[in-house]
Amino acid sequence: MKVVLQNLTKIFPSRDKKAGKEVVAVNDFTFEIPDGKLVGLLGPSGCGKSTTLYMISGLQKPTGGRIFFGEDDVTELTTENRGIGLVFQNYALYPHMTVKQNILFPLQNLKGADKMTKDQMLERAYNVAKLVQIDELMERKPSELSGGQQQRVAIARALVKMPRVLLLDEPLSNLDARLRLQTREEIRRIQKETGITTVFVTHDQEEAMSISDMIVVMKLGVVQQTGKPQDVYDDPTNLFVAKFLGTPPINVFDGCVKDGKVYIGQDKVLEISGVADQDVTIGIRPEGFELDPAGGLTCQLSNVEVMGRDVSVVSTHPASVNPSVRSIIDADNKVDLGAGIVRYSIKPHKIFLFNKETEERIYFEVK
Amino acid sequence: MVDSKHQWKAWLYLAPAIVLLLIFTVWPIINTLRMAFLEGYTTAKEANPFIDYEFTVGIGNFVRVIQYPGFMTCLQNTILLCVLTVPISTFLALLIAVALNSIKPLQRLLQTIFFMPYVTNSIAIGMVFAAMFNMIIGGSARPDSVGIINNVLEALGFEYINWMNAGSEYWANIVVMVVYIVWNALPFKILILLGGLQSVNKQYYEAARVDGTPKWRVFTRITIPLLSPMLAYVIITGFIGGFKEYSSIVGIFGESMGPVGNDYALDTMVGFIYRAIGNQEGTASAAALILFAIIFVVTMINLAVSKKSTHY
Repeated sequence: MKVVLQNLTKIFPSRDKKAGKEVVAVNDFTFEIPDGKLVGLLGPSGCGKSTTLYMISGLQKPTGGRIFFGEDDVTELTTENRGIGLVFQNYALYPHMTVKQNILFPLQNLKGADKMTKDQMLERAYNVAKLVQIDELMERKPSELSGGQQQRVAIARALVKMPRVLLLDEPLSNLDARLRLQTREEIRRIQKETGITTVFVTHDQEEAMSISDMIVVMKLGVVQQTGKPQDVYDDPTNLFVAKFLGTPPINVFDGCVKDGKVYIGQDKVLEISGVADQDVTIGIRPEGFELDPAGGLTCQLSNVEVMGRDVSVVSTHPASVNPSVRSIIDADNKVDLGAGIVRYSIKPHKIFLFNKETEERIYFEVK
Repeated sequence: MVDSKHQWKAWLYLAPAIVLLLIFTVWPIINTLRMAFLEGYTTAKEANPFIDYEFTVGIGNFVRVIQYPGFMTCLQNTILLCVLTVPISTFLALLIAVALNSIKPLQRLLQTIFFMPYVTNSIAIGMVFAAMFNMIIGGSARPDSVGIINNVLEALGFEYINWMNAGSEYWANIVVMVVYIVWNALPFKILILLGGLQSVNKQYYEAARVDGTPKWRVFTRITIPLLSPMLAYVIITGFIGGFKEYSSIVGIFGESMGPVGNDYALDTMVGFIYRAIGNQEGTASAAALILFAIIFVVTMINLAVSKKSTHY
């Protein structure tokens, strides 16, 4: 089931009438989620990603725009008639019911032709419990489960009705770091096995990048960029997206383009064509640096962090916007801390130029 | 844990409360136990309080309480009022609390209105109820008025009912008491249940909405279980309060605790105890202990039942 969002807009009226300022939570969001894909809505808090999810679920009504599931226009449908499964951020498992009762609960609400016998319900519940690997825990209460197990129960409860679309609100935010890693793979596996179109919301770019087929980066209610995670990472459309994706984050410098040359401070780092002379903001991914005694970029070396496979070199540069410049290089390279400086050449496809005012990307050709 | 060096400070701060509790709560309880088991305590003390008498220990006071002709009436009235008022008031309070919780406009105002009985003097309320059910005050009939309740009955095509005047029937008296006690008990229960409802996580209801849960099922399968700790609390305190029923009956029927010509028809355990104080302390103490035993047993049963059906 593909999900189509058409000019989706949500405006919250201001609480204080005198102030009279309404909040545009989601602004003119158009996007098509292909059938059977896992899509991550990504952005800092307050960017409208959760609101978008809740509009797809039907718990919130859009101010404008339409929502389609396949060819059906579901914009006016109430949430129970949309055929969605929703996993809440804190799971919202009914605390007084056992795992089994929690999973059975949605089935017991079915009416008319969909009505199931007790055995059918139990079979369905046990099947979905097996899928998320909690069939051993069916008689427990939610309070007797770990966070990761509760998460699985919540997913099982959302899946048991065989929804057309599965929605997950910050599915990993309540888990500790190790469980998070495990659970995100689990979500990916469950999604692949069921083939249900899935949308999830997260503020953690690593989480979104690692499991999504597609990501949507949002900021202040406006979609910044959509696409496959790697494509968005490699080809950000503006400074915000470039800064939001990637750990360690991108290094940002003040620089300029002059006579087809890119300067960071006084250092000439690249020769390009197709860009007029101007001041620019320059972003360089940490993996875009190469140690090169003849390299154009000279930084003051401050620290070297060995991480086994890679080495993280921390240095400073007067034109850097951030306090430090962090590069990641292969551990085979030896960095001499005593030298006090380090010289880099820059991989051309890892450096991005942005307009200083609009922060939009400036595309160039390498000479 | 407080450092042991500074523990005396903690005791010092607690001292005023502890001293008052010892004088006005702990000692009376011990003294009640003592008096209840001393044979003929009252008579001897009345004879001359300055002479130190030797009393024999025994259960004569308890025997006297149980043999007292009015005691069974007291017990029956107390239990009947309890059994009738606690379920009715709890059910009504639950309905009102849920209704209040589901409306937005005027919620504050209505909350305040529903809370009014709680802060109003119960004797004053009793007099108003007496007027509504048409009490004959001071023995003189007031033919110009039959009370608003009878007026309503008449408008609906029913006959007047003698609710509480001379010659009124027992069940009519009980109805008056039940209406009054329930009305008086509502505010506290509504307050507790409304507080409970407002602390229920809204996401449970959203989850139920996503699953298309019918309203009634949401109420019985989600709201009631999540509210069960408050319900248990309200029911248990309701029973305890019900067994101590006294002032509400005095408030409506006066100290005769019954309609004119049928004094003490609505007597209760606490009424019995109050009248015994002053001339028969031993008997009063014994009756108080019996009441305590009843309340204790009922509360234990309540707790046992609620343990099974309550989700904490």
